[in-house]
Amino acid sequence: MKPDASVTEVVLESKLENVEQAEEATRSVCAKLGFDEETVFHIEMAVHEAVINAIHHGNKEDPLKKVYIKFILLEETLEIHVQDEGPGFDPGKVPDPLAKENLLNISGRGIFLVRKFMDEFRVDSSPGKGTEVIMIKHVDSRIQSNQGGTGREHEGDSASG
Amino acid sequence: MSMKATVRQVDSVTVVDVSGRITLGESCKELRDVIRGELGKGHKNILLNLADVTYIDSSGIGELVSAYTAVSNQGGKLKLLNLTKKVHDLLQITKLYTVFDVHDDEARAVSSFPTA
Repeated sequence: MKPDASVTEVVLESKLENVEQAEEATRSVCAKLGFDEETVFHIEMAVHEAVINAIHHGNKEDPLKKVYIKFILLEETLEIHVQDEGPGFDPGKVPDPLAKENLLNISGRGIFLVRKFMDEFRVDSSPGKGTEVIMIKHVDSRIQSNQGGTGREHEGDSASG
Repeated sequence: MSMKATVRQVDSVTVVDVSGRITLGESCKELRDVIRGELGKGHKNILLNLADVTYIDSSGIGELVSAYTAVSNQGGKLKLLNLTKKVHDLLQITKLYTVFDVHDDEARAVSSFPTA
């Protein structure tokens, strides 16, 4: 753990309605950092999408599996981890939702929105380990007109499950 | 707050007033059922009024696309009315704003549909 980090942890049962607890926790953490309303909405939406993925696609809504959310608050950074107990997935296999041929697809926009709304995004996933999504928002971005991230992103040693 | 959809008829157009959250799960299914129900009645001109939608996620956006495709496949038109800023921004980001015919005035939106 980094020094001077303030950590908030939330553990959720894999029920879709529990995503609202994650949103509430996000708003509460963001309030401490003074992000503007739009940025808070973007962070909240990124958490919503990551948690929905964890509950629905990762844990398959299995009540015995949990979703672990960790908010790590540093002076200049909000780092959010969302971990599931699912089979793992490869974000590189998600088709580009902005491609003309995918524009009318019903699904496939969740990870895209997380990438768009956060400054950094990384997925650590491997069979048997579940998937951990790590999202970072820099505090500096609270003063920017934020229509999305900086495009900085990293995908860790991901593997399909 | 869960989603609520109320249907009313204005001339030849079926207006669906949607409120609350459109997210993965029951609310998406409910919206799908309403649209399919109206198509089943032969109502192919559908105007979705999203003025009171407080939250929509990627699945909710997918449900709007699904509704658009279902209505188009039946030879009808699905248009959107009164987007909140959040929904407007999400449709811009996902490049769907140009796919949908979006209005902010109900009377004009209704008159923009083809008459039978």
